[in-house]
Amino acid sequence: MPDATGLQLLAAELGDATLETSYFREQATIVVDPARIRTVLQRLRERGYAFLASVHGVDYYPEEPRLGVLYELLDMSSVDRITVKLRVPVDAPHVESVTEDWPTADHQEREVYDMFGVVFEGHPDLRRILMPEDYEGHPQRRDFPLGGEPVIFTRDETKWLEARE
Amino acid sequence: MEVSRGPARPAGGVGAGRPGSQASSSREALRVEGLNARQLLRGGDLQGANQPAQLEGSDLESYVAERLLTTTLEKTVAWARSNSFFPLAFGLACCAMEQFHTAGPRMDIARFGFEAFRASPRQADLIIIAGRVSIKMAPIIRRLYDQMLEPKWAISMGACCSSMGVFNNYALVPADKFLPVDVHVPGCPPRPEALMHGILKLRKMVQDDPDMGWRERYGAVGTEEHPSGV
Repeated sequence: MPDATGLQLLAAELGDATLETSYFREQATIVVDPARIRTVLQRLRERGYAFLASVHGVDYYPEEPRLGVLYELLDMSSVDRITVKLRVPVDAPHVESVTEDWPTADHQEREVYDMFGVVFEGHPDLRRILMPEDYEGHPQRRDFPLGGEPVIFTRDETKWLEARE
Repeated sequence: MEVSRGPARPAGGVGAGRPGSQASSSREALRVEGLNARQLLRGGDLQGANQPAQLEGSDLESYVAERLLTTTLEKTVAWARSNSFFPLAFGLACCAMEQFHTAGPRMDIARFGFEAFRASPRQADLIIIAGRVSIKMAPIIRRLYDQMLEPKWAISMGACCSSMGVFNNYALVPADKFLPVDVHVPGCPPRPEALMHGILKLRKMVQDDPDMGWRERYGAVGTEEHPSGV
């Protein structure tokens, strides 16, 4: 991890693309401007964070802007990790895709799109990856119903029959 | 339909082994009668130099009753089928790990004749749905089930594909929704003993009632590959 001072230096280097930094339990996080995520990741790659370990989504409901996308970067020569975060509102969930720079982001961005509905602009093939292609909605959003099936167990069979009558 | 050949004619032995007659020693009588029974089962109508002794009345009946096993063809076929399931080598999640162990040396499902896990659904007659079935996977499993030749059976293994267990949410679908399940094995995951118990239950069900009435239960009448049944 870059320590707290290193994180400040890194944030200063990124300039006004940085919105916020946090250093919590040895985890360095930078919140950046969603419009400039691609250039930010390129700058960090030049600084040695050459491995994109994960791209994932978060729903911060009821906070606004609701949707978050997290990029976990790793510097493999110094075993140094940093988290890059961005937040987009749910009515305009558009983020520039980084698949061109980081091919590993391809399927992970598709997963974030599938589960949270974040639209990655410039993605070569933005389709659902886990749910069926005709599925409606984005199930990991917090306002999405949990779903599931009512199951009749023997212990509450009578209850079911009474409810039906 | 009878397997036995009737009217059964008592076949004479090599010697003068007339059943019920006083043989010189009991051992010889056993030997001769055993030979007769074997030849009878083989369907041998002995046209030898020694003509069979003619039996009549209760002698004939007891002779036949001692030497013939009569059953119906359905029962025999069900017995054969139920002792040689060919399960499909197919697993979805952690239940599959337990499924492997039923075939391993400790449980050794080969004792009962179920060890031939087939890699192709066209050679299998038992599908063990071992794990959670996602909505996207369900049509694929249904296709595998449809490709299996009849008669075929399905075991739903574990909580996820029976009641959806801890994953009762948007992602999964219970197995009963898309194919006729014959046996549900509870557990999360079930131990290999439990799966083996489930397979043995299925064996009992097949022996008692080969068709198990699933077409009636699921309203699937009219989809038979062979309308005559067996």
